[in-house]
Amino acid sequence: MKTYKDYEAINLSINGETRKVIIKHSDTLLRVLREKLGLTGGKPGCENGDCGACTILLDGKPVKSCMMLAIEAIDKNITTIEGLSNTEIQKAFVEYGGFQCGYCTSGFLLNAYALLETHPDADDDTIKEWLQSNLCRCTGYEGISKAIKTAQKKKAGI
Amino acid sequence: MDQYKVIGKSPPRKDSKDKVKGKVKYVNDINTVGMLHTALKTSPHAHAKIISIDIAEAMEKPGVRKVITGEDIPYIVGLYLGDKYPLALGKVRHYGEAVAAVIADSEREALEALDAIKISYEELSPVRSIEEAMNEDAALVHEELDTYQHIDGIYPEGDSNVANRTKIRKGDIDLGFEESDFIIEDTFSYPQGDHVALETRAAIAEIKEDGQVIITSTSQAPFVVRSLMSSFFNIEPGKITVTAPPLGGGFGGKAGIQLEGLAYLLSKAVEGKPVKVVNTREQDMMASPGRIGFEGKVKLGCKKDGEIMAMKLHYMFDTGAYADYSVNISRAAAIACTGPYNVPHLTCDSLCVYTNHPFTNAYRGFGHLELAFAIERALDVMADKLGMDSAELRKKNAIKAGDTSPTNSVMDENTGDLSKCIDRVKELIQWEEGTYIPLGENKVRAKGMGCLWKAPAMPTNTDAGAILTFNEDGSINLNCSIVEIGQGTGTGLAQILAEKFKMDLEKIHIVTDINTRVAPHDWATAASRSLFMAGRAVMEAAEDALTQIKETAAAVLRCPSEDLDVAEERVFIKDEPHIGLDLKDVVLGYVYENGNAIRGQIIGRGRYIARRITGIDKETGEGKPALEWTLGAEAVEVELDLKDYSYKILKSACVMDVGKVIHPDLARGQVVGAMSMGLSLATDEAYVFNSRGQVLNNDLRSFKIMRYGEMPEYLVDFVETPQGDGPYGARGLGEQGIIGIPAAVINALSKAMGMQLKELPLTPENLWRARKEENTI
Repeated sequence: MKTYKDYEAINLSINGETRKVIIKHSDTLLRVLREKLGLTGGKPGCENGDCGACTILLDGKPVKSCMMLAIEAIDKNITTIEGLSNTEIQKAFVEYGGFQCGYCTSGFLLNAYALLETHPDADDDTIKEWLQSNLCRCTGYEGISKAIKTAQKKKAGI
Repeated sequence: MDQYKVIGKSPPRKDSKDKVKGKVKYVNDINTVGMLHTALKTSPHAHAKIISIDIAEAMEKPGVRKVITGEDIPYIVGLYLGDKYPLALGKVRHYGEAVAAVIADSEREALEALDAIKISYEELSPVRSIEEAMNEDAALVHEELDTYQHIDGIYPEGDSNVANRTKIRKGDIDLGFEESDFIIEDTFSYPQGDHVALETRAAIAEIKEDGQVIITSTSQAPFVVRSLMSSFFNIEPGKITVTAPPLGGGFGGKAGIQLEGLAYLLSKAVEGKPVKVVNTREQDMMASPGRIGFEGKVKLGCKKDGEIMAMKLHYMFDTGAYADYSVNISRAAAIACTGPYNVPHLTCDSLCVYTNHPFTNAYRGFGHLELAFAIERALDVMADKLGMDSAELRKKNAIKAGDTSPTNSVMDENTGDLSKCIDRVKELIQWEEGTYIPLGENKVRAKGMGCLWKAPAMPTNTDAGAILTFNEDGSINLNCSIVEIGQGTGTGLAQILAEKFKMDLEKIHIVTDINTRVAPHDWATAASRSLFMAGRAVMEAAEDALTQIKETAAAVLRCPSEDLDVAEERVFIKDEPHIGLDLKDVVLGYVYENGNAIRGQIIGRGRYIARRITGIDKETGEGKPALEWTLGAEAVEVELDLKDYSYKILKSACVMDVGKVIHPDLARGQVVGAMSMGLSLATDEAYVFNSRGQVLNNDLRSFKIMRYGEMPEYLVDFVETPQGDGPYGARGLGEQGIIGIPAAVINALSKAMGMQLKELPLTPENLWRARKEENTI
């Protein structure tokens, strides 16, 4: 088993690019993305796994990047909001008011994107189960809900 | 019908694309090489003397540059009342109060040094409730209250825990109750909580060699920060620059002054190097201010037919350990104390009370939220006593133009139509279908209503400004000082400007990072006054620019400037529209073929200052403190399980008279978001204290706010009685949607349970407890 010392250079695969970065073994993935790589789309809303503002995708699955170490992401494909472009869910968030202040938005978008990729025909209960891991204080979730349902239909070609 | 080109439409927000791509930079996204980072050591006690602080070991930790304690920075930093130090000095007054700060090369190193700071306390008995604070032999949270400096209009009562008392006296209260056929008297309350903006507060400070202080902060009020920094630390205002980038939510919590003063003092301690202070979530909830607690005693007298004759009100606000904005929240609650009803005979004493709870500041609704909870609950109790429909009781007493407000100022022609709002909300929630509908043996559906009104609580000279500059393509840069806190006012202001220029919204560019060095003065992005006041400034700036454009064009086209009009990026002769110039050829000065140029660039200037507002009389409250009143009615429908007291909010409805809807989608977004906060507050949000005054739920796992899937169906509509002095008739709407909701929820659940509930939060456990207590009486 490979061990990592105090500071070490590692390679991370982020949004399709390989990025070399010097980290401390105890650095969380969120902090490395934000502070070492300038990918500030994920937010430290609580750094306790409660709010979901730091959500990223790890091999396509939503993960709270404040709750894992950067070294755990080696050899995995990381997707941050900066790597998501012009998707149906992003367009729908704009059209239906899926955000106000924008602070929780990256996390919600990535979670919702992964949900629709994993369960294109997700019903209300499935959507709820997935999205309950993220908090939004501005929208009352109305715009987010409309946006997800619209993106779901668009993806299904309806 | 379609009188306007842009107003009343819902174009995409100006910040849409960046926000769905993670490209907006918030304060904590800014990191520069050489920036120092900090961590705060906080108090484990609610009330204790600080005996000693030993920083020696912490100073030796790797990366640590300085450790600062209260003694190093003994400046008073209270917003309205000088009751607070940036770091506790001598004594801690609430759980989680900041006591020491570590400055280090990295945040991690700062955090790691915290444990090495050794603080010895002598615990004091904490004041744990409003009731304890008001006891005659209560411990004093601030022994030296009578020596504190404060602004005019605030009346601290020395040798007590009362930080402010506002009095309203109107009519003849004794006569009012004599003339009443029915009188009810009751107390309604709810505990403190938190704003829970998803972005925690942060501030970056740097001091240049010439004494320039550069602040970047999560502030709703960069100009307030500049002004207060100047007075707290004796810095020339012109040497302070405050920048407020877009915020990750504010809700009032980032108004006033927050971490900016501390960041400045810490920078000063390390020769002016850039220093960043960021709250952890737990510190954002504890060390920075949260939502005020409330207890309202209401005595209400009515005629048989429901006409309100008298109200005797005693409001007490739990500000916690420091007064901050809360001395003005209690005052705002006094000014609006009756809710949107005509009350001829009235007394109100509204008190801001110190306890050893975490301190509080502005929160969406600002006093109106709390008073509405008490008044709207009392009205339902009265309606039950009268055997009258509670919506009818509200309509009968709805305030209207010509009536007088609690401060005895006449409600003018701009007063919104509350009766219409009530009628419409009844339709939306299907009130006539019944407000109590049994569903089998153990389930019931019930509906409750709560009305609202709100005026901005702000200084009498509150102002706004707008500066317009132009680009080579004729497009306009709109420079206003409204901070983007999620509400999207920048887009609304751009719409107002686009409408004045009859121009595409795409050609308006808004300034998003508000910088006090270059932006026009503006009081604060608070009090739901931004669209109204900055909107007026934008209109004046547009007129100013249009006049200049026409003057330049008049010279070139050799015609009187009053014969000219501007639309679609052209300036042209009204009755010969083919004769004209493109704006792009005018806005930076017109250049003739031979190279001669005239007049130079267009710079539009606009300003607005609140009109004819006064303070209020200390003894009677008489005065005209309100810029405008937004009125509205809200209702919810709940489904309650009578076996285990679990319930669902099925529907939540709001109808507000907003004068004119500028951007329907953004307006709806504000109302829906506000309602969701109100629902969450009513059902679940409250700090839980142990017997030592420590908060047991200071994180988002245990302090529960509404999550996805828990939202009801939202029903929103607007009434448009124009605000004569508002831009295109508009008035404020950002906060208002929260105000009637807690009352509507408790009224619905009271109906469902067949008993009078009096306290929030309405968790199933608390409902069960209320039922149990009722049964034992």
